[in-house]
Amino acid sequence: MVDKAETLDRGELARIRADFPLLARPTPGGQDLVYLDSAATSQKPDPVLDAEQDFYIMRNAAVHRGAHSLSNEATMAFESARGQVASFVGVEADELVWTSGATAAINLVAYGFANATAGIGPSAAQRFALQPGDEIVVSEAEHHANLIPWQQLAARTGAVLRWFGVDEQGRVRVDESATVITDRTRIVAITHVSNVTGAITDLAPVVARAHEVGAYVVLDACQSVPHLPVNFRDLDVDFAAFSAHKMFGPTGIGALYGKRDLLADLPPVTTGGSMVEVVTMTEATFAPPPGRFEAGTQPVAQAIAFGVAAQYLSELGMAKVAAHEAELAAALLSAVAIEGVRVIGPTDPQDRIAVVSFVVDGVHAHDVGQVLDDAGVAVRVGHHCAQPLHRRFGVAATARVSASLYTNEHDVECFATALSTVRDFFKVGEAYG
Amino acid sequence: MTSSKWVKHMADLQDLYRQIILDHARNPQGRGLIGSLQDGGVAQSHQVNPTCGDEITLRAHVMRDRSGDVRILDVSWEGQGCSISQASSSVMTELVIGQTLTQVEDLAAAFRSLMDTRGGTVDPQVEEQLGDAAAFAGVSKFPARVKCALLAWIALRDALLKATPVEGERHG
Ligand SMILES: Cc1ncc(COP(=O)(O)O)c(C=O)c1O
Repeated sequence: MVDKAETLDRGELARIRADFPLLARPTPGGQDLVYLDSAATSQKPDPVLDAEQDFYIMRNAAVHRGAHSLSNEATMAFESARGQVASFVGVEADELVWTSGATAAINLVAYGFANATAGIGPSAAQRFALQPGDEIVVSEAEHHANLIPWQQLAARTGAVLRWFGVDEQGRVRVDESATVITDRTRIVAITHVSNVTGAITDLAPVVARAHEVGAYVVLDACQSVPHLPVNFRDLDVDFAAFSAHKMFGPTGIGALYGKRDLLADLPPVTTGGSMVEVVTMTEATFAPPPGRFEAGTQPVAQAIAFGVAAQYLSELGMAKVAAHEAELAAALLSAVAIEGVRVIGPTDPQDRIAVVSFVVDGVHAHDVGQVLDDAGVAVRVGHHCAQPLHRRFGVAATARVSASLYTNEHDVECFATALSTVRDFFKVGEAYG
Repeated sequence: MTSSKWVKHMADLQDLYRQIILDHARNPQGRGLIGSLQDGGVAQSHQVNPTCGDEITLRAHVMRDRSGDVRILDVSWEGQGCSISQASSSVMTELVIGQTLTQVEDLAAAFRSLMDTRGGTVDPQVEEQLGDAAAFAGVSKFPARVKCALLAWIALRDALLKATPVEGERHG
C-alpha cells in the first residue's frame, strides 16, 4: 500500500526531532525519553506551538463577528486553516467542519441521522431518516468512538447493527462486503486504520458495495491521516473524521469531512449562536455548512495551529512520511519477534502502519508497560478503547508501541532491549518454588 | 542522566514489585471459586477495571457466630489481571479469612490509607496491621496502578454488603 517513496535521511530526521521540544526532556527517572505512544497522541513541533501562542499574542479576537480589523485578521487565519486542513485530505474548505475531535465528528453524523429520523430538518434531510430494520454496518476492529455512537443511533431508531469480522491478523474481512452490506444497509461506519492492529482497511470493495446499495460510508480516519497519504475525494467516502492531536496539532480540535451535498442536507445537532441565519422567538433558519455545524465560540487558536500541523506534514510530503514509518513498522515488528511475544495484527508491513500491539506470554500488559516505562520507554497498555477487538483475540489487554514521523531507530532499539528483559523480570518459565 | 535519580528510579520499580508481590502473583491464594451461590451466607461480586479490562469475580462466605459477630469463613476469586491485582487478591484473601466484619473494615481502611500515601511514609501501625499487604506501599507512587491493588478490596466490600450471614457455631 505504501509507495516506494524516498525516505528520510539521518540529517533530516535529526532536524525533524529538533522541532519537537518535548522529545528532548528526560523521563522522571532521568533517562532519555523514548516516546512510542504516538497513536494515542503525537508530540507537537515548534511551528504548531508558536502558531497557537502567536494567535493569542497578536491576533486574538472573535471570528465571524466583529467589524474591527483584528477580528477580520482572526477570521482570515481561522478560515485559511480550514483550507489548509481540507486540502491536506484532498477536499474543499466548505466540506470541512471543525469539531472538538474525531469522537465529536462521528457523533455529529450519528445524531444528525437521529434528528432526521425524528423529522427534524428540511424535507431533504429525510434522505438520512432510518426505518426500524434498516442496517448500520461497522467492524469488529472499531475504536469505541466509531462503535458506540452507532449503537446509540440503532437504539434510537430501531435500526440493526451488523459488522465485519476481522481475520487472524486483524484485517477487516472486506471480502465479505457482498453479504455484510445488504439492501437494508444505510450506513457503513468503518476504520481506515486500526489503532490496535495497525491494519489498513482495503476500502475500495466496501465503498463500492455500500454505494451500490445506496448506503453512506463514514470513515474513521484518525490513524490514517497522520501517517499515510489520504485523499477523501479519491476514496469516495461520504463522511470522514480525524483529530488534530494525533497529527502534531493541538487537543480540542478535529474535523469532519462531508460531501458537499450531504452536509447541505444534514440537520445540525448542536444549536445556538453563530450557526443561524434568521431567528424569531419560535424558529430559526440555519447557516449553510460548514458554519451550520459550528455553534458557539470555536477553538480558534487550535484551528489555526491545526492548519500549521497539516502544513508541516504536507511540506515534508506524506509519501515520504509513510516511507519512513514503513521502515519503522518493519523494525518494530522485528523487535517483537522474540520468544514468548505474540503480535495482534498483520505480520506484513505492507498491510499496516507502525502501530504494533502485542502480548507477552505469562506477563500482563500492565506489567509489561511498567517495566518498559522503567527503561524510559513510553507505551500504551490496556484495550486501547477497542474491547470487542481484544475479546476477538481472547485477551483483555495488550501493550502497544506506535511510531510517528519523529521516531528513530534508536527508539526502536531501546524498546527492543527493554522488552527482552520483561520475561526475566517476572521469571516467566521458571519453575515456581 | 544523573546517577542518583537513576538509582531512585530503579528503586521505585523494585519497590513496586517487591518479592512478596511477585511470589503471590505467581502462586496466588484463594484463586478458583469455591462453594455455590445457592449456599447460605455466600455472596459474590464482579468488578472490572475499565482502563485495562482487568476483572475479578469474588465470592465470600460469612457466618454469624454465637457472640453475634459476623465472620468471614472463606474467600475465593477468579479473574485476570496484572501481577499487582493478582497479588493483592491473594494477600487480601489470606488476611481476611477468619476475621470479623469490623476487623475487615479496619483492614480495608488501612489498605486504602496505604494507597493514599503517594510514596510517603507509612504509619507504623498501619504497616503492622496489614502484614504482607503492607508490601503494596510502593504501588501508591504509581497512581495508574492503585486501582489494580484495590480491585479485590472493592469486590470484597461489595460481596460483604450483599451477603446474609448464616447463623452458626462460635468460630475457631
Ligand atoms: C481509530 C481511532 N478512532 C477514534 C479515536 C478518537 O479520537 P479522539 O479521542 O481524538 O476523538 C481514536 C483515538 O483515540 C482512534 O485511534
